[in-house]
Amino acid sequence: MSLAQETPATPARPPARRNGRWSAFTHLVVVRMKELKREPEVVFWVFGFPLLLALGLGIAFRNKPADVTFVAIVQGSGTQDALSLIERSPQKSSIHAELLDKPAALKGFRLGKYDLVVESDGKGGFQYLYDPARPESVLSRAEVDDALQVAAGRKNPLPTSSVISNEPGSRYIDFLIPGLIGMNLMNSGMWSIGFALVDMRQRKLLKRFVATPMRRSDFLLALAGGRLVLMIAEVGLLLGFGALVFHIRVVGSLLSILILSAIGAVGFAGLGLLTASRAQKIESVSGLINLIMMPMWIFSGVFFSYERFPSVIQPFIKALPLTALNDALRATILEGAPLATQAGRLLILVLWGGISFLLALRWFRWT
Amino acid sequence: MPAAIECLDLRKTYDGKVEAVRGLNLRIEGGECFGLLGPNGAGKTTTIEILEGLLDPTSGEVTILGHTWRKNQREVREWLGVSLQETRLSEKLTVRETIDLFASFYREPRSADHVLDDLQLGEKADAFVGKLSGGQRQRLAVATALVGNPRILFLDEPTTGLDPQSRRQLWDIIRSFQRNGGTVLLTTHYMDEAERLCDRLAIVDHGEIIAEGTPSELIERLGGHHVVEFEASGNSGDGSALNAWRALPGVESVRHDNGLVSLTVREPHLTIPPLLDAVAKHGSQLLHLTTRQASLEDVFVNLTGRHLREQ
Ligand SMILES: Nc1ncnc2c1ncn2[C@@H]1O[C@H](COP(=O)(O)OP(=O)(O)OP(=O)(O)O)[C@@H](O)[C@H]1O
Ligand SMILES: [Mg+2]
Repeated sequence: MSLAQETPATPARPPARRNGRWSAFTHLVVVRMKELKREPEVVFWVFGFPLLLALGLGIAFRNKPADVTFVAIVQGSGTQDALSLIERSPQKSSIHAELLDKPAALKGFRLGKYDLVVESDGKGGFQYLYDPARPESVLSRAEVDDALQVAAGRKNPLPTSSVISNEPGSRYIDFLIPGLIGMNLMNSGMWSIGFALVDMRQRKLLKRFVATPMRRSDFLLALAGGRLVLMIAEVGLLLGFGALVFHIRVVGSLLSILILSAIGAVGFAGLGLLTASRAQKIESVSGLINLIMMPMWIFSGVFFSYERFPSVIQPFIKALPLTALNDALRATILEGAPLATQAGRLLILVLWGGISFLLALRWFRWT
Repeated sequence: MPAAIECLDLRKTYDGKVEAVRGLNLRIEGGECFGLLGPNGAGKTTTIEILEGLLDPTSGEVTILGHTWRKNQREVREWLGVSLQETRLSEKLTVRETIDLFASFYREPRSADHVLDDLQLGEKADAFVGKLSGGQRQRLAVATALVGNPRILFLDEPTTGLDPQSRRQLWDIIRSFQRNGGTVLLTTHYMDEAERLCDRLAIVDHGEIIAEGTPSELIERLGGHHVVEFEASGNSGDGSALNAWRALPGVESVRHDNGLVSLTVREPHLTIPPLLDAVAKHGSQLLHLTTRQASLEDVFVNLTGRHLREQ
């Protein structure tokens, strides 16, 4: 083995190739995409789940054709009149009335089968039984009362007419899709970065990478790059799905939407990096990520408007990154607001992402 | 010419209490294969990771080919190939993708195909890492260290858990790297590995080097080259008996372990006849007797009174 000492201490084999400046970066991005693609669960949570959510909620809250209200009429003196009055009224197509005995009517009402119970008040008039906490019951009372009054001969002092509006842009699904895009950018940003990093740290792969000449900044850039590639797919899929299935009209320019989503994706990637900067175990980072995301699921107006929360906490809600992203996405997608008008919200996103990133750089542990 | 790896008075204390490395000095020349040999917890991994620039020493100096880790970190990394004691590479990548990824980190890497061939991983090039056997994973780990065309190879327990054939394959790979001019620093707790593979080695215990030299020097230092082991009926291991064995001609040292007496001797043929007489005079019967070449295990036991593989 002393043979070795006679040969010079430089590698004898010629190099196969020279790598360019960005070879590590591009390889890291490609490898990341391949790994994601090969994890079916990841594909489901990133792409399948949001689509299912959009589909489910979109169908559940779709605008139904002119609702029919179900009314139980209690058999007794005078109630036969009620039935014939309703038959003669202009609203007869939207009122479905049935004649029942009192216990059956009350039971049906309790079970939600009927929205309203009508019975004789014994003085030649009618008495309504309704539940003010049930919007459809309230509506039913107004509608049935109107029908009875008009059929009985009331003349309206003011002539009015109505036009039905069911335009894309004002429906629940229009509100929902931008919210889902925002939420998905948050979820996959936090999870894919936070989870992947802690996993790699646990497997000592980060340490192994740091033992090579790989630039640490390239590694972090590749994480961000991977997020951007995925972001295009995520946003494209949800928007395309909304447009095809629910005929959502995308008013804003695609470029603005992409820029906005990119800032959102990278911002949340920064937050993910921060949560993963020290954790040694998957369990601890999972808890942390959920803790950070929970308030935003509730407050940031993904599924319903945050205007319903008390006004004292509105400033806090508006300072959340997901609120800023959702509001900006809605303004752009639904109203076509130019990016410049969203500067305030963009600033919130950039601050969250940027400060997280700087803190993460300080605290990050490679080993 | 600067040494390939040099460290001076290296110390590492974890959390202010665990003294893992306690004043280590090493100088490893270019082209050498140097082994750190020691039991579990001796501080081998701590030492090698400090030398690799992955861990900051509590105090002490490290230079790699004349460069310190504080300056030129990226440059120095271009010259090193590292395999850590435990790294789990991504299971959802193929062998080739993994090697290509590591190749992309270096300025002038070797071709993935050559490395695959050298490590006999060609057949598995398109298999997922998750589907490899333990030995194949170890070889892949070494492949990721070799693909950067390094001048120095750091291997932390490269053959632990491998079957004899896979170990021999890895030894061949390490030797051929060395034949091409590379320097190797490896840790192991296998005696035979250190003896066959290393030009020089240091035996580490409790964070200190307790002996250093070529394998034959270390064995030489034992005094004898041979070990005579025997077991006899009666009290062959008590104090007076041990003194009697020690007084036999040519005996360098005596050890007693569970009824088994081992003598390190220079020349077995001079020691054995008087040994037989002495056993007879002692009034006991010889149950068995063997002689063998002294090994590093004997060196270690002699120095520490413990076996290397026990804890
Ligand atoms: N991160 C750490 N924090 C605290 N103590 C540590 C840490 N790493 C190692 N030690 C301690 O330092 C000592 C040396 O550990 P080291 O891993 O260097 O031993 P080793 O010789 O590589 O052992 P093995 O053969 O088991 O790999 C041990 O007592 C170990 O418990
Ligand atoms: Mg170790």
